[in-house]
Amino acid sequence: MVDLSMIQNGKKVRIERIQSSFLRPKLMEMGILEGDCVQVLFKAPFGDPIAIHVKGYTLSLRKDEAALVKVFEEDHTIGN
Amino acid sequence: MKVGLVGNPNTGKSSIFNLLTGLRQQVGNFPGITVERKVGSFSADSKDFKLIDFPGTYSIFPRSKDEKVVYDVLSNPEHSEFPDVCIVVVDASNLERNLLLFSQVYDLQVPLIMALNMTDVARKNKKEIQREALQKMFPSAQIIETNARAGLGKDRLIEAILNSKERKDPDYFLGPIPEEGINDALIQEAEASARYEKIQKLIDKVLVRKLESEEITISKWDRILVHPLWGYFIFAAILMVVFQFIFSFATLPMDIIDGAFVKLGSWLQEVLPTGVFTDLLSQGIVPGIGGVLVFIPQIAFLFFFIAILEESGYLARVVFIMDRLMRPLGLNGKSVVPLLSSVACAIPGVMATRTISDWKERMITILVAPLMSCSARIPVYTILISLVIPDHYVFGVLNVQGLVLFGLYALGLVSALLVALILKKLIKSKDKGFLLMELPQYQRPKWGNVGLTVWEKVRVFVWDAGKIILALSVILWALASYGPGNEMEKAVKIVEHQFENNTNLDQEEKENQIASVKLENSYMGILGKTIEPVIAPLGYDWKIGISLISSFAAREVFVGSLATIYAVHADDNEKLLDRLSQEKRSDGSLVYNLASGTSLMVFYVYAMQCMATFAIVKRETKSWRWPLFQMAFMGILAYLGAFITYQILS
Repeated sequence: MVDLSMIQNGKKVRIERIQSSFLRPKLMEMGILEGDCVQVLFKAPFGDPIAIHVKGYTLSLRKDEAALVKVFEEDHTIGN
Repeated sequence: MKVGLVGNPNTGKSSIFNLLTGLRQQVGNFPGITVERKVGSFSADSKDFKLIDFPGTYSIFPRSKDEKVVYDVLSNPEHSEFPDVCIVVVDASNLERNLLLFSQVYDLQVPLIMALNMTDVARKNKKEIQREALQKMFPSAQIIETNARAGLGKDRLIEAILNSKERKDPDYFLGPIPEEGINDALIQEAEASARYEKIQKLIDKVLVRKLESEEITISKWDRILVHPLWGYFIFAAILMVVFQFIFSFATLPMDIIDGAFVKLGSWLQEVLPTGVFTDLLSQGIVPGIGGVLVFIPQIAFLFFFIAILEESGYLARVVFIMDRLMRPLGLNGKSVVPLLSSVACAIPGVMATRTISDWKERMITILVAPLMSCSARIPVYTILISLVIPDHYVFGVLNVQGLVLFGLYALGLVSALLVALILKKLIKSKDKGFLLMELPQYQRPKWGNVGLTVWEKVRVFVWDAGKIILALSVILWALASYGPGNEMEKAVKIVEHQFENNTNLDQEEKENQIASVKLENSYMGILGKTIEPVIAPLGYDWKIGISLISSFAAREVFVGSLATIYAVHADDNEKLLDRLSQEKRSDGSLVYNLASGTSLMVFYVYAMQCMATFAIVKRETKSWRWPLFQMAFMGILAYLGAFITYQILS
């Protein structure tokens, strides 16, 4: 299990757990839910913030916000 | 009848608002709190409707003061703003996430209309929505399709509003919204996951995806616009274009407005009977109104561009690539545009902070924005540089005067960033900042929306800030035009007497002399003399003191005020320079030397010499506390900066 912030561009991941934090409800409301799949799309310079595809839209989040989300890598990738 | 308008950000909510109300919009506050409320009106079927635009939110559980209004009003049928029917705008291309908020509002038992917007985008993304299935999910809501950007759906919306009925029997999508959930993260988490679970279960019946595979591709625009190299390059290029437009095209209408009010003032002076009232009107009020209106071109141009960038979805990308760079300073990616706008003028800059949702980051941005050197400082810098900085070249190519000008801009920028860093430590806030921002799909800007944004910004400035600016300019005029006792008349008599004895001097010279002694003996003059001991350590005399006080009206007034005091015609910069360069102190040394001149420039980098900025900060922060605090800390910085500069150089 790794942090979402560590995932390479293009990789699809399954969300395992969201660490408890004041942002946890907000992350869930934005559609980041345990058990769901998201895909890392691209990152800003310095790898922060990152943009992910979730529930059919693009969400950007800071590296430390993404680090709250623990994920498992899936094998599916997209060309970049 | 009251109609509420609710929805996620980026769903075309404002397009729907504009579609229904057009120009009949007003900006104010929700009663009792400082959250901005946009209200519009429209009529249909010979009934009048009031449309209340609620702050955009992703959930009924608030993360900010603005978002809290949505819950406070919609959960309380007794609230004065509680709508008879509520339109919830839902982005059809992004249905799942949008249904979270919709289902929550549904469960509050508010009579609802779902405006299924952006169906064209959904279709482009090969998504088809089965309306009957959606209707089964929410039997008590009216569901209609709109495409507000294309101007479609107005009639259907109005028809739905007219058909709306009170909801009698409670009917829930999930269950009642737990009241105690407002302050309980665990309840909110459970709510969100239960709702999404149910939405997920039902969505396959509603949403038919025609895409063969679920392949997700990055937009070709994003490949360039958030590129680590090209992204910044393009952002810089866009900024260059915007500033070029503001500097080269805004000056023309500004000069026209300025000239027109000068003419109007002198015309009134001629046609009206002489007296205090005429003076007040022609010298106080008319130039005061001119001083408000003269900012309109800059505000309009800047918001024209900002609205285009925002509408197109590009602004969110700017935030994305700038966020990391601004964060260590206590700022946010969203602070970039307001701060850079302030290089043209701090007023639109401060107004552009509206998009920063975090209160603390917004305050910091507003407080440091006027430290960026704006265009009104240029005349002050120019005259002082040509006065005390030699026109030499270093290394054969670098002009010293140019270097100094560059240095002043750099000093402003660096100071703004450092002050931001300090304010980050000083300002306490309950909310912790976060980004978590949607990157909306790129789309062509809608000109009607751009136009309405410009109109709203101009109107807010003229009506809300304009009153304060007008009041302050009348006060400044009175201070400069009246003096205690009959000192002024005595001084004028002396000048007239001198001219009677010396026929070599012409009429214009006489008028200039009279204006000069009048100012010297006015309240403003007395103030200037009173503060002389305080500003002497900065290298200034009372004449500079007067100019400092009068230029609170606007920085560039400094030059005009010096011209009056030295009895030089206002437009004659050459003569003024000549006069200033000869001005000596009682000990024979020059008043305007390298030390005092540079000290003045540093003073103008820091001091908040602009009542319009003061007024707009009051408007945007909705309190006197922040503009006063800002004036105080900028004043202290100006004094210390100028003091250190003078002491080192002299």
